Amino acid sequence: MTKQHANWSPYDNNGGTCVAIAGSDYCVIAADTRMSTGYSILSRDYSKIHKLADKAVLSSSGFQADVKALQKVLKSRHLVYQHQHNKQMSCPAMAQLLSNTLYFKRFFPYYAFNVLGGLDEEGKGCVFTYDAVGSYEKVGYSAQGSGSTLIMPFLDNQLKSPSPLLLPAQDAITPLSEPEAVDLVKTVFASATERDIYTGDKLEIMILKADGIRTEVMELRKD
Amino acid sequence: MTFTIPIDNGDALKNAETDSQRTLYPYVTGTSIVAIKYKDGVLMASDMGGSYGSTLRYKNIERVKAIGKHSLLGASGEISDFQEILRYLDELVLNDNMWDDGNSLGPKEVHNYLTRVMYNRRNKFNPLWNTLVLGGVKNGQSYLGMVSMIGVSFEDNHVATGFGNHLARPILRDEWHADLSFEDGVKLLEKCMRVLLYRDRSAINKLQIAKITEEGVTVSQPYSLKTFWEFQAFHNPTAGAQGSW
Repeated sequence: MTKQHANWSPYDNNGGTCVAIAGSDYCVIAADTRMSTGYSILSRDYSKIHKLADKAVLSSSGFQADVKALQKVLKSRHLVYQHQHNKQMSCPAMAQLLSNTLYFKRFFPYYAFNVLGGLDEEGKGCVFTYDAVGSYEKVGYSAQGSGSTLIMPFLDNQLKSPSPLLLPAQDAITPLSEPEAVDLVKTVFASATERDIYTGDKLEIMILKADGIRTEVMELRKD
Repeated sequence: MTFTIPIDNGDALKNAETDSQRTLYPYVTGTSIVAIKYKDGVLMASDMGGSYGSTLRYKNIERVKAIGKHSLLGASGEISDFQEILRYLDELVLNDNMWDDGNSLGPKEVHNYLTRVMYNRRNKFNPLWNTLVLGGVKNGQSYLGMVSMIGVSFEDNHVATGFGNHLARPILRDEWHADLSFEDGVKLLEKCMRVLLYRDRSAINKLQIAKITEEGVTVSQPYSLKTFWEFQAFHNPTAGAQGSW
């Protein structure tokens, strides 16, 4: 006679969408601020974007408790790095660290869908996109989270990425200017908000450039 | 690049021996907690019921407690797990006092500690079956946050657990505003608690409202709300309804 189990899952999906676009000398990282559980909204003002280093900003959606734990691990590892090397971690270095951290929990994963954006050692924008267990790729742009399936095809259409099969390898960095990229981000989120119930409330955009980080906020539909 | 995580209960966890070592389901539970920030601090309301499944077994349970000098903790869910959390916090506050350095744990710190405790228990597949509300004031700054049993946490101007999230939160989203007076805050909470009384079967008409300000904590004496049952819809609820609704 099997016992009756209350259905308890260690995971939950708190929703939300994250997008990042790399430019020639900038990187745009954006995410909505809605946090949900099931069909309820927990918060309309929860930030999914976190600065890990001067040139590396992480945006993650998925299970918020795992996302928070992941950030804490990365933050503390970055602090140790700074103490040992007397410098900030570069974006590509942080990208590898994030991948390794995720794979470390391969058999009880962090349910986090990450997009890492920043500037590489040459000052060019770079975006790294991940799955929940750490497989990652450097790309010119990416979307993750509940609205990603709505946004990604549109970004593919607009940002005309060269084929990764070309030789010599070509950069996927967009030739768009920074204001054009920011406008594109606002457009895709407004559209995703229409059809994805987990995306909405507010859009938070962080623009990383060599001289610093700028933040913009835009209202989204709250239904 | 697709790794999907199974969200349903894994078969590996159904071993009878290991089951007796972890929480599978709650026994004595408390229902919603509703809390808001107001002009001088935070107000938190809860009823005093402890349900044993569908029986209203206990009617004098205090589900809101003061923590240290600056915080209030409200809990819904398993009452024994709440008592265990209070023991953890007792030790935390004791060690904080032993430093004797004039500094004391603020609500933000306690909320962070609780989030870590809940998350770590979830990692061991042995959760504390509670949703906690942590409110407080320190150095003039009000703080209000919530942690669920799997470690999901956030802060906001108003929070509610369980049924409160469905029934009270919409009222609060409509009527809460910054700098509510104490009287208005209490009226708003009572409005929420009354709706919960009508619609949550595990709610009882015996509630306490706790207040925390820079000066300290006050927990009201238990009292009941006036209810009105003469609404037309309550008189003959199934009139005009087809089928079994």
